[in-house]
Amino acid sequence: MTVSAIAQAVEATTGTVTAFPAAETPRLPRDTRPLRLITCGSVDDGKSTLIGRLLWDTKAVKEDQAATLRRDSGKQNDLGLPDFALLLDGLQAEREQGITIDVAYRYFATDKRSFIVADTPGHEQYTRNMATGASTADLAVLLVDARTGLLEQTRRHATIASLMGIKQFVLAVNKFDLVGYDRARFDQITHEFRELAVSLGVRQITAIPMSALKGENVVYDGKASMPWYEGQTLVEVLELATIRSAQTVGFRLPVQRVSRPGESFRGYQGTVAGGSVKPGDSVVILPSGMVANVTKIITFDLVRNAAVAGDAITLVLDRQVDVSRGDMIVSIDSQPQVGLDFDAQLVALQSEGIQPGRRYWLKSGSRRQRVTANPFSQLDLKTGSWNQRTGVLPMNGIGKVHLSFDENAVFDSYEQNRTTGAFILIDPDTNNTVAGGMITAKRSSLTDLRSDEARVVLSLPADLADQLMATEMFSRRRDETDLRRMTAGEASQIFKDAAVDI
Amino acid sequence: MPSTLPETELHNPQTAKTPLDPHLKALENEAIHIFREVAAEFEKPVMLYSVGKDSSVLLHLARKAFYPGRVPFPLLHVNTGWKFAEMIAFRNDIVKKYDLDFIEHINPRGKAENVTPFTHGSALFTDIMKTEGLRQALDAGGFDAAFGGARRDEEASRAKERIYSFRTPEHRWDPRAQRPELWNIYNGMIRKGESVRAFPLSNWTEVDIWRYIQVEDIPLVPLYYAKERPYVERDGMMILAEDPRLELLPGETVQHGSIRFRTLGDFPLTGAIPSQATNLEEVIAELEIATVSERQGRAIDRDQSGSMEKKKREGYF
Repeated sequence: MTVSAIAQAVEATTGTVTAFPAAETPRLPRDTRPLRLITCGSVDDGKSTLIGRLLWDTKAVKEDQAATLRRDSGKQNDLGLPDFALLLDGLQAEREQGITIDVAYRYFATDKRSFIVADTPGHEQYTRNMATGASTADLAVLLVDARTGLLEQTRRHATIASLMGIKQFVLAVNKFDLVGYDRARFDQITHEFRELAVSLGVRQITAIPMSALKGENVVYDGKASMPWYEGQTLVEVLELATIRSAQTVGFRLPVQRVSRPGESFRGYQGTVAGGSVKPGDSVVILPSGMVANVTKIITFDLVRNAAVAGDAITLVLDRQVDVSRGDMIVSIDSQPQVGLDFDAQLVALQSEGIQPGRRYWLKSGSRRQRVTANPFSQLDLKTGSWNQRTGVLPMNGIGKVHLSFDENAVFDSYEQNRTTGAFILIDPDTNNTVAGGMITAKRSSLTDLRSDEARVVLSLPADLADQLMATEMFSRRRDETDLRRMTAGEASQIFKDAAVDI
Repeated sequence: MPSTLPETELHNPQTAKTPLDPHLKALENEAIHIFREVAAEFEKPVMLYSVGKDSSVLLHLARKAFYPGRVPFPLLHVNTGWKFAEMIAFRNDIVKKYDLDFIEHINPRGKAENVTPFTHGSALFTDIMKTEGLRQALDAGGFDAAFGGARRDEEASRAKERIYSFRTPEHRWDPRAQRPELWNIYNGMIRKGESVRAFPLSNWTEVDIWRYIQVEDIPLVPLYYAKERPYVERDGMMILAEDPRLELLPGETVQHGSIRFRTLGDFPLTGAIPSQATNLEEVIAELEIATVSERQGRAIDRDQSGSMEKKKREGYF
C-alpha cells in the first residue's frame, strides 16, 4: 500500500472526495523567527473560516485530519470544502456549543516564513482569552464583516490588542463577496477603522478586502473579483511583518537558576530579555546593586563572544557575588527602575476580579514577590475612555492600578521592554493566575503628589495637538487630560487671565 | 567543570558546525527557558521519555539547558511491555552514553493480569498500561512536575493545552479551567499532591522536529528509517511482524517491503508507511510532501472522535 493508497482508504470510509492542494516544494531553512499573530473579531465575522482557509491553502491540514473533520461534520460548504470551524474547535464542549471557548494555537508555514496563530474566542465574556493570545503576538488580524462594518467588539479587540503592545494591525474586511465587491464599501470601512486606530496610537495598518470562504486575498489573490485592489494578500503582509525585538534596549538577564556543577564553576542561567552582552561588559546585579564584569557566555555548543535578546545562555562573572534566582543582571549604563511602588495596567482574568488592598503574588521574569494592587481607573471598552474608578476591578475589566511591594521590585516600562515590563498576579489562596499586567511607570511618593496635583496648560496649533493626541503615550493617559478647542485669540486671553491670577 | 577550561574544550564541534537558523534557534531558546524554569521552581521534576523522536529532541534540549551541569532530574519510561525491541536497545544505550538517571515502570497489575493489546483491545490496553502506569509511576516517585514532548500541532485538544498544564492530585486535566498563560511567564504554584505537566516542545511542528534532528545530528531509533522489514496488513495499518507474540489472523500473510515508522509506540498499535527514505534527508523530503498527519498511524487516536481529549482528562500525556 502506498501513502496515497492509505489516504484513499481513509477517504473511502468517509464517502466523500475532495481535491487537495498540490504537493508543496521542500522547505528551506528559515531566515526569520516564527511570526506570532492573533486573530480577533466578532462572533460571526468568519474568523474560523479565515484560519481554516489559511491552514488549508498553505497545506497545513493533512488528509486524515480533513477526513475526521468530514466524518464529524457530515456537511460541506457550497465550495466542497469541509466546515473549517470544526477543525479549530478541538474541545468537546466547543463542538457541542458550536463556539470557541479557549485560546488555541495553530501552525502554518509558507516558503518564506512560519507562523503561530493564537486563535481566540470572539465572545465578549472571553476577553481575557484574547488578552492571553495578544500577550505574545507581533501582529493582530482584525476581522470585520463587510456587511455590518465596525462593531463595538471591533473597537474592544483593537483596544485590547493595542494595550497589550501590538503595533501592527491587519484589517480584514471579510465576506466581501456578499457586498458585491463594492470598492466604496471597502474605503468607507477602512476610513472608519483608521480613525479608531489613530485614537489608539496605532499607525501600522493594512486593510485588505477578502472572502475567506472563497479564498480571495488570503493566500491567493482576488484579482478576478477585485481587479481594482492592487495591495497585498494577507499572507504577503504576514510574510513581511516585523517581529518585535528587545535588542535595542539595555541588557537584561533575569536569572532563572544558578549552575554549580563543581566547586570552581558558577554560572547564571537565563534568557536574555533585552539588549546584548559580551565578555568584558560591566554589569549590575539588581536589586542588590553589586557590580561585576562578564567573563564568559557559555552555551552547549560553544563559548560565545556575544549574546542578544532571546538567547538562552549561562553567564560567568569575574568575581564572587551573591546572585540568586529572581535577580536581574543588567547593563551598568542602562538600568531598569528599582522601587517599592509602580503603576500598571491590568487585565482581570478570574471571576473574583482584582480586590483593592488584597495581597497577591506577582511573578515577572523569574522573580516572585508579594504585592498589593489598588485599582484607580477602568477602561470603558465601548468608548475607549478611561474612567476614574476605585474598588474591585471585575473579570475581563482592564484597569490602572497602583502596585505596592514589601521588597524592592525591578521593572522596565512595558512600552520599553515587553518582557521585563510584564507580570502576572497569582491568588495566594487558589494559586490561580488572576491578572496579566504591564508596568507603565515607577511611582515615588514625592512625584506621586506632584503628578496628582500639578497641571500644565498648553496652547498649541490644532494640527500639532492632533498629532500629539495620536501618540500612544497620550492615548494611554487621555483620561487625565482636559481639552478645549478655541481660537488663537481666546487662548491668549486665557493665558493673560491666568497670569493675573498667579 | 571549572570555568578556567580553555575554550576549545567547551566547544562542541559536532553541533557547532551548522548553526541553527533563526526559526529553530527561537524554538530551542524557548524550550531551554521552560526546562530551566521548571527545574528551578519545582521540588521534584521528572522527564517522560518514550524513546521516540520527540523524546530524543526533548532530551537533547534538556542536556543543552543544564550544560555544563548534568540533567538534574531522572528520565521516566512508562513501558507497556509491547515496545519495539529496537527501541529498548536504543534507550539503554542512550541512558549509558549521557550518564542519565533513569526509571522504568511497567504497570504491575497489567503485567499480572496479562493485559495485551490483542486480548483487551487498544483502548483498554492503553488505559491500563499507559495512563494507569504513568499515574502509578508519578505517584511512586512523588514527582510534582513532569516534562513531556507533546506538541500543539499534533492533535486538536493539544492545540489548547498550556505549556504548564495543571493536574489535580488524581492527575486529571480540566480543559475548561486551565490557568491563563501570558507572555513567557509561567505560574508554577501548586498545592501538595497537585502537579504540572510541562511541554517545552509545545510550539514545534513535525517539520521543525525533523529539521532540528538533522541540524543537531541527534541519534534516533533506526525504525524511523526505511529498511526491508516483514509486516502484516491489519485494519488498514502495516504492523511489523518481528515479535513472536504477533499471531497472524486468518487471511493474513507476512509481507516484506521497504517500510519505516513516523511515530513509535507499541508495535501492535503502530502502523508503518511504505518508504524508500533510508536517511534523514530523504525522510524530510518525504515529510514535506506528505499529506497525511503523523498520528494517522496510531490506532489509539482513532477509537473515537475527541478520544485524545478523553485520555488526557484521565491523566494520559
